[in-house]
Amino acid sequence: MTSTPPPRQGFDYAPAPESRSVVDIRSSYGLFVDGELVDPVGGRSFKTISPATEEVLAEVSEGSAEDVDLAVQAARRAFETVWSPMPGRERAKYLFRIARILQERSRELAVLETLDNGKPIKESRDVDVPLAAQWFFYYAGWADKLEHAGLGPAPRPLGVAGQVIPWNFPLLMLAWKVAPALACGNTVVLKPAETTPLTALLFAEICQQADLPPGVVNIVTGAGETGRALVSHPGIDKVAFTGSTEVGRSIARAVAGTTKKVTLELGGKAANIVFDDAPLDEAVEGIVHGIFFNQGHVCCAGSRLLVQESVAEEVLERLKRRMTTLRVGDPLDKNTDVGAINSAEQLARIRELSDVGEQEGAGRWSAPCELPAHGFWFPPTIFTGVSQAHRIAREEIFGPVLSVLTFRTPAEAVEKANNTPFGLSAGVWSDKGSRTLWAASRLRAGVVWANTFNKFDPASPFGGYKESGYGREGGRHGLEAYLR
Amino acid sequence: MTSGNRIQVRKTYKLYVGGAFPRSESGRSYVVEDAAGSFLANATHASRKDARDAVLAARKAFAGWSTRTPYNRGQVLYRVAEVLEGRRAQLVEEVGRSEGLDSASAAEAVDLSVDRLVWYAGWADKVAQVVGGTNPVAAPYVNFSLPEPTGVVAVLAPSRSSLLGLVSVLAPVVVTGCTVVVAASPARPVPAVTLAEVLATSDVPGGVVNLLTGPVADTAPTLASHLDVNALDLTGAAGDQALATELEQAAAGSLKRVLRPPATEQDWSDDPGLDRITAFLETKTVWHPVGL
Amino acid sequence: MSAGAVVSTASGLLPDLPGSDATLRRFLHGLPGVDQVGAEARAADLATRSIKTTAKAFAIDLAIRMVDLTTLEGADTPGKVRALSAKAMRPDPTDPTCPAAAAVCVYPDMVGIAKDALGGSGVHVASVATAFPSGRAALGVKLADTRDAVAAGADEIDMVIDRGAFLSGRYLQVFEEIVAVGEACRRADGSSAHLKVIFETGELQTYDNVRRVSWLAMLAGADFIKTSTGKVQPAATLPVTLVMLEAVRDYRAATGVTVGVKPAGGIRASKDALRYLVMVNEVAGPDWLDPDRFRFGASSLLNDLLMQRARLTSGRYSGPDYVTVD
Repeated sequence: MTSTPPPRQGFDYAPAPESRSVVDIRSSYGLFVDGELVDPVGGRSFKTISPATEEVLAEVSEGSAEDVDLAVQAARRAFETVWSPMPGRERAKYLFRIARILQERSRELAVLETLDNGKPIKESRDVDVPLAAQWFFYYAGWADKLEHAGLGPAPRPLGVAGQVIPWNFPLLMLAWKVAPALACGNTVVLKPAETTPLTALLFAEICQQADLPPGVVNIVTGAGETGRALVSHPGIDKVAFTGSTEVGRSIARAVAGTTKKVTLELGGKAANIVFDDAPLDEAVEGIVHGIFFNQGHVCCAGSRLLVQESVAEEVLERLKRRMTTLRVGDPLDKNTDVGAINSAEQLARIRELSDVGEQEGAGRWSAPCELPAHGFWFPPTIFTGVSQAHRIAREEIFGPVLSVLTFRTPAEAVEKANNTPFGLSAGVWSDKGSRTLWAASRLRAGVVWANTFNKFDPASPFGGYKESGYGREGGRHGLEAYLR
Repeated sequence: MTSGNRIQVRKTYKLYVGGAFPRSESGRSYVVEDAAGSFLANATHASRKDARDAVLAARKAFAGWSTRTPYNRGQVLYRVAEVLEGRRAQLVEEVGRSEGLDSASAAEAVDLSVDRLVWYAGWADKVAQVVGGTNPVAAPYVNFSLPEPTGVVAVLAPSRSSLLGLVSVLAPVVVTGCTVVVAASPARPVPAVTLAEVLATSDVPGGVVNLLTGPVADTAPTLASHLDVNALDLTGAAGDQALATELEQAAAGSLKRVLRPPATEQDWSDDPGLDRITAFLETKTVWHPVGL
Repeated sequence: MSAGAVVSTASGLLPDLPGSDATLRRFLHGLPGVDQVGAEARAADLATRSIKTTAKAFAIDLAIRMVDLTTLEGADTPGKVRALSAKAMRPDPTDPTCPAAAAVCVYPDMVGIAKDALGGSGVHVASVATAFPSGRAALGVKLADTRDAVAAGADEIDMVIDRGAFLSGRYLQVFEEIVAVGEACRRADGSSAHLKVIFETGELQTYDNVRRVSWLAMLAGADFIKTSTGKVQPAATLPVTLVMLEAVRDYRAATGVTVGVKPAGGIRASKDALRYLVMVNEVAGPDWLDPDRFRFGASSLLNDLLMQRARLTSGRYSGPDYVTVD
């Protein structure tokens, strides 16, 4: 039964949906091995759905150990016969080509990413896809300059890289992994996350369009088993993983005693420190962007707000007011700020930890918003009165949930910020340069954003301290992971 | 004054933890023989608890050592080289007996050790310029990356090269501000203890270097699994793949940075390069807007 | 009247703020800073809002109602002002559902002409004053300029501040001048013309200055704060307006007093006007979506709004020949 919507009162933005018609999703997908989409050996498959509607988008192949083996063999052949012997300037041209095709097909990629992942179209359109293209463009330029990278006079590629990427930035994480690997002369076998395989499969088509030699990029879809088969395959020389600290640990254990080079980009529980002299309006934007960008599905999310007691009340008031303007809903709507939680499983985890926060006595507040009836949704939420002892201040929630803590002195702020096994990122908000640099130098985190948050650039190295993993992605430093 | 009848005062070879020279809390020691199989010394057999105490001392020293100016760390390391040079005769003898070298070869090893310290000392205030820098991001921000010491590093010192190998694994770790717990060559600990005495008299703050002697089977697993150790250098496990694998697996629990051992111990007279320094550095990237 | 007294009247938060450059400086420089990059990023992000169909129709009509249709030329004549007034009252003569503009904005000597032309239409007459646009005249001249415009029937006075005084830290002088012009806005019957205070933000250079001058003007009793004269580049920009909207929002939270905002100069396209309205909606809040609280100082904008309006009602794109040129 439908009813007429009530007439618009005030400035209520009308729906502004991006058209789905730019994307042609096939009903089923094979694995991308040796330049072709092929059926999996075991013939098994799984469904990928839109988390915003639970609609089934496509049937995707589940790669078995044999499929992984075939892909590794193809990558090895391509490495030995084509890709590593190829002069860097020629490899560069393939990567530039890919960068251009990513730009040309940006709208299609953005819509597909939003459908499969649930993130707002404005983020896939303005962040994920342009950054992915920029990543390829950046590393393309390195391919014929490696001997000038300060990593030895004659750096050589490692061989075949096994790469496992997460569901939060599917195409962008692919770019972070594939671009530097290829630029350095390696070939890759990549496993996208099981809930977000579609942009990687479209990327396979882009590799074909670019006439990339077969076997240079292989994409094997699947879940945890497929990933395990890949990282433990004896034929790979390098493991690059982005995902949870738990899986990172098991990979580190699995490669022990081998000669595989490893980079791990894992979880975080970043502190976002607001000093009393901060530019408050921009700080509030940074807090919001830090935790609600991409539904908080960000390893470097500013999930712990540390605010100086003298401005805590004012900051919270501004933050809540700002949160009421966040638009939660249809990810394809161009005005949506917060989209769908990526999976039922992730939603359950967010709910569980939020309930724990409440049980532990923290004050829970969610922005008033109407959540869609279907799909996986969680409102932007903050917990106040949180202390370091609370689980919601220690464990990664990976959702739109912010824990608010206070501090009295800069030393206390830094001490609390560092009081975690993680060390991926941190934020500092102050108008006093010397204080900012003081804090930045003491924070044990791989990325420190001062008066900004969640900024990424291919020239900027990214990666963690402590249990947030090791190795850096991005910039000259990112080459080190793919050269010997 | 001296005469052939004088009874020699023998040294007790102890651990070096937190700037002091304790015995093992276990009270154990073990016999160290020289390369010819003759008795050389009773060395301290460090226990798991000694390893734990050493990690505590290293952690305590980290904040101070890592925030010294690089210039100051360079001077301290250079001071170590100076004091080491003063102990040359003693070390030539100890290295010679421990490794079974003739005095010319032992002297060469000691001289190279001094020179290596001087080489690494000079890196203290240069490495950031070589491995760090500004990053040209496509937005109105200043963005720079700097190396920072990874924290507490546990080191299995080379088993063959008792002084040059040890200096070659220690210096690159401490020069950047890391603090160290090092398990000395179990069979050849005597030059290591002498080096500890050199460190103790060379302006190296207590706890920056902590030295354990004894079989690694007792200490290494403790260090590898210790949650407050940030990195593990397995150089001393060269040739023992099973041990190296076991320790790397233990290190995975807290995602330590692991420097794997080569198949066989390397020739320490080779140019060391930067790899041992960068293995224990973190890259920190800082963003700041540029505006009015 | 001392500045201290005015400050304490305007804001219960600041009961003991005495009138001196130093105390004003302490207060204004104690306001949170504005990070340029962050503020511009926020403005750019808001500008990506996609306003379609019913929301667009609502916003275009609202924008028309917010236009201060402006002519501030040396070549202005009574004929030109009459034509403009006609346009303000009936922007689209072919469509009776098209709302009127908020006001016409003219030089003081044209106020009488405009007042006659607009009659009881409800469209206000706004007059620039105080030696517009530079403000470089003696206070007595500025006050006479103001009184003259008010006497001629101006409903609203758009004064300019002394940017030189502001930039050299003579905050008290700026403050007292605004207070004095506010007094000059008073009519014989005790009512007052509304006071809009123009900052010429293009000359103030920094967003910190925009925030400070906004508070200074509000404390001095401004009814509206306005970006620019239109004679200096850059004139109105989205980030400058963002900072001013934050100021009026925070000022109301602190004092309960609602002050309006008027970006002026350089806003020519409907698309731009819609971006400003999105910003008003999301930064200051829906309370400011009202011609009494938000205005556009513009001339060519109105015709673009009318063309977009026609496009929405007819489904066809319009052209310049189908809207009136005045």
